[in-house]
Parts: sequence; C-alpha cells; structure tokens
Amino acid sequence: MNDQFEACHGGIYMLNRVPALLVSALTALLVPFVVYAGGADILKNQCASCHNLTGPAPTSLRDLWARKGPDLFYAGNKYRKEWVEAWLQSPNRIRPAGMFYVQHIKPGAKHDVVDESTLSPHMRLNADDAKSVAAALSTMKANNALIMAEKHDPGMSPGPLGEMMFDKIYGCMACHQIEPGYGGVSGPEVYTAGKRLTPEFMLSYIRSPKAWDPKIWMPNKNVPDGNMQKLVNYLIGLSKVNFDE
Amino acid sequence: MNRGLLTIAIALTLFPSISLAESASDNYRTYCMQCHGLAGNGMGANIQDMSVQPRDHTDAKTMGARTDDELFKVIKEGGLAINKSVLMPPWGDTFTDNEIKDLVKHLRKLCKCKHEG
Repeated sequence: MNDQFEACHGGIYMLNRVPALLVSALTALLVPFVVYAGGADILKNQCASCHNLTGPAPTSLRDLWARKGPDLFYAGNKYRKEWVEAWLQSPNRIRPAGMFYVQHIKPGAKHDVVDESTLSPHMRLNADDAKSVAAALSTMKANNALIMAEKHDPGMSPGPLGEMMFDKIYGCMACHQIEPGYGGVSGPEVYTAGKRLTPEFMLSYIRSPKAWDPKIWMPNKNVPDGNMQKLVNYLIGLSKVNFDE
Repeated sequence: MNRGLLTIAIALTLFPSISLAESASDNYRTYCMQCHGLAGNGMGANIQDMSVQPRDHTDAKTMGARTDDELFKVIKEGGLAINKSVLMPPWGDTFTDNEIKDLVKHLRKLCKCKHEG
C-alpha cells in the first residue's frame, strides 16, 4: 500500500512537476531565441532610422549622402561580436568626421576642420540590450561569398614595416587615423580596426571597397594578396596598443 | 514622353538599383573634397599629417602646367602614374571614363585655366 501509495503519489508528484519541468526545458531551449528576438526588436525600433538593416548599400551619391550610420545588413560578417557588445554600452565615435564627412567639416584657419557642433553621440545600451543586439547583428550575414573568398594568414607579419606600408606605400593614412589624433578624418579610425572587424572583412574590403559599398569614397589601391595580409596583421597588432598610456 | 525618357523610366522601374552617371560637381564633392578641400584649394580636412600637400585646384599656374590627358591619367591611375604622390589614389574603380572627362572639365572651371602648352 505504502508502496502503492508511494508509487501513486510519486506519480502524482511527478505529474504535478511536469509543467514546471516542461517550462524549465522550454525556457532553456527558447532563451537564445528570446534574446535574439529582443535584439532584433531593438534594431528594428531604435536603430533602423539611422542604419540600413536590409540592404542594398547606396547606389547613388544622393543616397550615400543621406546615410546616417554604417550599413548593418552584413554586420555579422563585418564586426567582431564581443566588440559590438562592449561598444554599444560605451559608444565612442569611430569616424572623426561622421558618416558623410562633407556634412561635418567647415573651413578652418589652416585647412578644413571637423565641425563638432554637427555631430551627435551614438545611443548607449544597457548590458542586456547590448548583448541581445550584438547577438542579433551577428546573424546578419549578407555578402557571405565575399567573406568565404578570403583566408586570413596570421603568420604573414609585416614586421617593423607595417606602418610604412600603411602610411607611405599605400597612403592609407591620408584618410585614416593610425593613433588618436594622427591621420586623416574622412575614413574610420584604424587603430581599433583589429578588434572591431573580422580579418576576412578587412581583407575583402581592402581588396574591393566597392564590392561592399558601391559609392564609398574609399579607393581601391590594388594591394597584392601578400601585402593585404600584412596590412591586416599590422592593423590587428595596432589594435593591441594602449594609446591611453 | 519621348522615347528616350520612356526607356530610362522603364529601366529605372525594372532595375531600381541601376547606377546613372553622377555629375562632376557631385563626384568632386564626394571623393575629392576630403583632401583637396571644400573650396578646392588643397586645404582638405585630411591634410594635417600628410607628407605631401594635395594640389590646389584653384591655382591657375600649376594646373595650367598639366594637360587634360595628364589630369585624366592621374584621376584614373593615381599620383604615381605621373610621378606624383601615392597619397593621390587611383579612382579607376570609382568613375567611368566619361565621369573622369567631366571631372577634368570641372577642374578647368576651378582653376579658370587651360593647359598652356
């Protein structure tokens, strides 16, 4: 009896526990998707007014000029997820002259200068939202074929010649800063590129900026494959330098 | 609507992403002003740390020393193609040849000059 009772009530006990177990199991299964859905919702509701989430990239100069923030429809192929999550919680400007530089520069005493009054800070997310958005962005992988065509070789070091290649041989420093305050302002800073971007994206973008962004004001410098690897490894090394010290 | 406009309208309807030639002034604004400046005087926002200063496109003397062919070549192939600075990049993947020809005409307007051969 006791055994029966025990068996019976044990069964009842288990039956009573089924919904709770089911909920736990379902929760464990669904949490990643709930997080993803949250990130997608934040993107749609809070980010889409400045960022293109669906593509394509601008194909006319008028559309290019109207763009307020980087296109995100290939964010999963472009950015390192952990960098996105951290940056969204503490965003700082990556493009010294904003998204379309002409709208944010003015004549200065010696040369044109950035007009800070025209630039506004990026919205800041809390840790949970940043994690959700980073997860959602990591799934947005347009232009997969371009990424698959690249193979990063971390062993091809530029040695001490990296900066010379970047500055003097290919002239990239004309538009990009290689340390805070040093270099051009019309392109994004590159001293953080190594921790911000995937190596394959850097390779592909240097190979053909227009394949990603048909009207972008970055030229194709026709860099040979070997030197492209060295430039990317230079940027990865540069991103480990602490410029705050 | 004449036949030409109709063709363009149909093409834009069928291929909304089709890219039409941009005007020289719009191309200059987008791609050249970053180094050559809002006024085209070589005083662009990027020049602070450059080892070689960009050409002043309003300078009739130096611009007049260049042929239209040289200007076409330097835009398409970059500074090294005419033994000038690597900081002037090749724009061959950005402009069509016709757009470069229009840019050469735009430069002649900026310098108010022509080649003094």
